[in-house]
Amino acid sequence: MDFFTNPETTAEKLGLMVFAMLLFVAVMGGLLFAVDKPKRVPRWVVVLCFLGPAVLLVAGGLVYPGVLTIISSFKNRTGAEFVGLDNYVTAFTTGQFQIVLRNTAIWVILVPIVSTFIGLVYAVLVDRTRFEKVAKALVFLPMAISMVGASIIWKFVYEYRPDQPGIQQTGLLNQLLVWIGIPPQQFLINQPTNTLFLIVVMIWIQTGFAMTILSAAIKAIPDDIVEAARLDGLHGIGMFRHITVPSIRPALVVVVTTIAMGTLKVFDIVRTMTGGQFGTSVVANEFYTQSFRQANEGLGAALAVILFVLVIPIVVYNVRQLRLSEEVR
Amino acid sequence: MTAVPPTLPAPVDRDASLDIQRVGKLSRAERRAIAVKGKLSSPWASGLAILIAILWTVPSVGLLVTSFRPALDIRRSGWWTTLSDPQFTLENYDEVLFGSANLASFFVNSIVITLPAVVIPISIALLAAYAFAWIDFKGRSLLFVAVFALQIVPIQITLIPLLAAYVDADINGTFWTVWLSHSIFALPLAIFLLHNFMKEIPASLIEAARMDGAGHVKIFFQVLMPLLVPAIASFAIFQFLWVWNDLLVGLTFADQDSRPLTVAVADLAGTRGNAWHLLTAGAFVSIVVPLIVFLALQRYFVRGLLAGSVKG
Repeated sequence: MDFFTNPETTAEKLGLMVFAMLLFVAVMGGLLFAVDKPKRVPRWVVVLCFLGPAVLLVAGGLVYPGVLTIISSFKNRTGAEFVGLDNYVTAFTTGQFQIVLRNTAIWVILVPIVSTFIGLVYAVLVDRTRFEKVAKALVFLPMAISMVGASIIWKFVYEYRPDQPGIQQTGLLNQLLVWIGIPPQQFLINQPTNTLFLIVVMIWIQTGFAMTILSAAIKAIPDDIVEAARLDGLHGIGMFRHITVPSIRPALVVVVTTIAMGTLKVFDIVRTMTGGQFGTSVVANEFYTQSFRQANEGLGAALAVILFVLVIPIVVYNVRQLRLSEEVR
Repeated sequence: MTAVPPTLPAPVDRDASLDIQRVGKLSRAERRAIAVKGKLSSPWASGLAILIAILWTVPSVGLLVTSFRPALDIRRSGWWTTLSDPQFTLENYDEVLFGSANLASFFVNSIVITLPAVVIPISIALLAAYAFAWIDFKGRSLLFVAVFALQIVPIQITLIPLLAAYVDADINGTFWTVWLSHSIFALPLAIFLLHNFMKEIPASLIEAARMDGAGHVKIFFQVLMPLLVPAIASFAIFQFLWVWNDLLVGLTFADQDSRPLTVAVADLAGTRGNAWHLLTAGAFVSIVVPLIVFLALQRYFVRGLLAGSVKG
């Protein structure tokens, strides 16, 4: 059994990988073949075979653990006894955690707004130009790479060397400051602006997403509307404000809420760039620190539940907006 | 923001990602003429677009250039100085891949983690989506909405109980737990997306096949699958990028021997934060695969993105 749980060489690992893929495909294919003829097999058996694996995984891997976490958020750090709302009181009243909540709020407000705005402006600017495809790919590429990779890219941009004669700055941003005669800054350490420099990384990643969705929405605006507006003398900013933005409003809502949800759970960037030090931690990072570093299970669980609860209003808003836009149609 | 150009009446180049074919009122040449005129008459707009494009590109270029510079040069001067004094080496890659950081083995781990974590949820979700889309049963819409709603559950809320369950079952730290976790987290979106695509296939096709006495196997492989290939490709790319780039799941469930590249690189950033010759090369090693996948299969990716968020 060693091979199954503990492959050591590269060949063993790759072998296990192929085995696992074949195993699952064979099992699911087997289920499909087992209930092939719709007449002979009762329908509930068919449904059970097709939905069973998925429902089992989702119920056992998402719902049940979620309920357990909610329960343990009312328990103490070892999960041994109930402490009521103590963990939530700690999370909302302690100074350290208030900074965490404040930072999370800044992230969730700034990232969706700024990246949607830049994405929209860029989508309009490059729309139907000769370089559209290349121009879009450039802004879209950060979407493809990991947040860890993006964090290292930007950490290097922010790199600081002491301001002494004979020492050259190696970070681009500090070199720019030096060139215009300002002393170099420790961007990731100076509070409270360091949070903003972390947020830049997320904006850099998410703008491509906003641009892609909005660009598709812009192209879907009916030609007659645009032409009628042009005949009425609308150009430039006027066209943008009165035609483009109202026409793509549903897409804008989707983009803003999707980015907000992604931002709420951001963890990789904070962990890689500052480790949550220097007053930059956010809820998702603090969840990890409390759960795995401080071994404070109750508080970690409470932070996870707070994350979950914060997502809900965003989703509700999203669904309501979708309903509204469907009614208008 | 004073210089946003007018939106023009019809597209000049049809975006590859969009299957919208529209008949404009002007000829192609006329539209192009208007487009070019519209752009060139507003230098501010072009300037702004170029500025954004530069801002989005230069940081990555800096990383790429630095990863090929000798370690001593990286410490002494900025990467932009290579313009005047180009000196390049592959030593950083050699050291980061096969030296103490040993990223080569974690690269293998990332592949071993990612491929099954794409194949397993897709095979499970295909059957589930098929049942949701084309088999009538009691409580179908309720169950579907429940699965759909689970998309919003942050994975953080499930990590500790899952970890405890894996430890109890004595499979913690193996590839199996990583595959299983990624599959679980992917299922709600996978089922939702594949269901949507399956629903777009005309019901008459399925009915006709059923009339001919086709069973589920035949309907699935001969009627649905050929039409579903683009949809599966979209989700597969999504899931591939998501798993390859994931940090949290790898950090939580993989052990020292099975951890993926992202965890190893993040670790490098934490322990050797000033060793930029290793960090830049390491970051690029972790970036290069998703970059290739993305560039090669961009249109499927964009299609999946649009289906996932706009259809809602």
